[in-house]
Amino acid sequence: MISIKNVQKIYASKQGQVKAVDDVNIEITEGEIFGVIGYSGAGKSTLIRMLNGLEIPSDGTITVANRVVSKIKGRSLRQARQEISMIFQHFNLLWSRTVKENIAFPLEIAGIDKAERTNRVNELIKLVGLEGRENAYPSELSGGQKQRVGIARALANNPKVLLCDEATSALDPQTTDSILDLLVDINKRLGLTIVLITHEMHVIQKICHRVAVMEAGRIVELGSVLEVFKNPQQPITKRFVQQVTEPEETKETADHLIERFPKGKIVQLTFVGEATEQPLITNLIRHHEVTVNILQGKINQTQNGSYGTLFVHLDGDIKEITRAIEYIRSQLVGVEVLTNA
Amino acid sequence: MLEQFFPNVKWDRMWEATTETLYMTSISVIATFILGIILGLLLFLTSKGNIWENKPINTIISAIVNIFRSIPFILLIVLLIPFTKLIVGSMIGENAALPALIIGAAPFYARMVEIGLREIDKGVIEAAKSMGAKTSTIILKVLLPESMPALVSGITVTAISLVSFTAMAGVIGAGGLGNLAYLEGFQRGRFDVTLMATVVILVIVFIIQFVGDYITTKLDKR
Repeated sequence: MISIKNVQKIYASKQGQVKAVDDVNIEITEGEIFGVIGYSGAGKSTLIRMLNGLEIPSDGTITVANRVVSKIKGRSLRQARQEISMIFQHFNLLWSRTVKENIAFPLEIAGIDKAERTNRVNELIKLVGLEGRENAYPSELSGGQKQRVGIARALANNPKVLLCDEATSALDPQTTDSILDLLVDINKRLGLTIVLITHEMHVIQKICHRVAVMEAGRIVELGSVLEVFKNPQQPITKRFVQQVTEPEETKETADHLIERFPKGKIVQLTFVGEATEQPLITNLIRHHEVTVNILQGKINQTQNGSYGTLFVHLDGDIKEITRAIEYIRSQLVGVEVLTNA
Repeated sequence: MLEQFFPNVKWDRMWEATTETLYMTSISVIATFILGIILGLLLFLTSKGNIWENKPINTIISAIVNIFRSIPFILLIVLLIPFTKLIVGSMIGENAALPALIIGAAPFYARMVEIGLREIDKGVIEAAKSMGAKTSTIILKVLLPESMPALVSGITVTAISLVSFTAMAGVIGAGGLGNLAYLEGFQRGRFDVTLMATVVILVIVFIIQFVGDYITTKLDKR
């Protein structure tokens, strides 16, 4: 569906040339929800803007739905853009138009006649759950409702690809989740390919199938979300994964416990997929002479399976602890012994 | 009662002068609105980072606008006499004032249009582009509607300037309330005529301001 090959984007600035996007290669399949995560300035915004020709790559080829968007111009680019729609962090609605009129705008651009426009707008309003707000102006809507208008507007011309530019970054956590649910729903119902960029790992974890981690214009890591969560390679990826798996307090609690219990070991267990469902702790206590103290735990659902972390304190005979850790390893659960930082 | 305070005012003459002023103001406001929007759009679209980014054209339009905006109106009328004679055929009467009024006000308004357009959120223009909108669609359906309150409040200020411009034009022969106040009031020493013409001009200005403000607030849904 989308193919990004050897893409570069170089900007000339006063300090010389800046490589915003540096030799990026990604293949995205039809119906996939693909996430790109990175801090601001990583080049993800430039990358997503090249997918609909808002930015032209300095080098390389981008193909979306069989159109080489990095080469086409004028009318064919405008037509391609009707198949590759976009939603934005700040919604970018026209304040001078009502909800209905905002959603009708892309249909006007596509030259659809009035009667058909009205029908389609009503359908879209139902799809995104904005019944009763048709005649409101954007200034009268909440952030979540504005993004729903943005999504309805983006879906108006039955696109093949939806690009989400930090679409939930301006929303509170609860609204973020409802918008993400809506995106998953659309993806499943319409088979729409979704590409999103974000700096929140929570977004990736909740809806993406695959993720690319971007740093300084390069893709430093790419894989299925579960795989990346289970086994992050790069330091930056580890930091992103920690955003959702390891809240700040855990680190403090662990440090505190290491001080309090110089004996024994603090262990971080990582469960992926089916491992989350076995009675590991029960077995551990039954088979080994150790005291197990659960400090903190969390299970995260991703689009391709669940992922959990558990922090426990193991106390007892040092040999027994070593054997217990070996046992946990044998159960295909990740183990990391924490030491005082 | 009115005759007592304004003994020298000929009311039919005053009415005639009022309609002349209204005529000059309304025609020049309409023309300024159109011309100013075109110039303002060109200034905006050719500026850095916009759809028709073009430095030479932007510099040229900007220079023309600045020059005409800086010439004092009274001198502009005099300088434009040959041009007015060429296109209107005369330099006396209300129509003769129009070229100077429009050329004097349009650059002023164009700058206000440009400022109004600059205030539009860049993201909205980008969104329209991402939907596959043509430049003409972006102008007609995004730029103009989204800046409409600024365009209307700008034309209100410009219209008020134009009323005072018509009075100045009146002094050198263009008719209207300025002409009446100067010839029949000032030159014949009839203070009441000048005063009455001023009152009428003030009423016109207040009405323009009121209507302009009303439309601006009605349009603004932000």
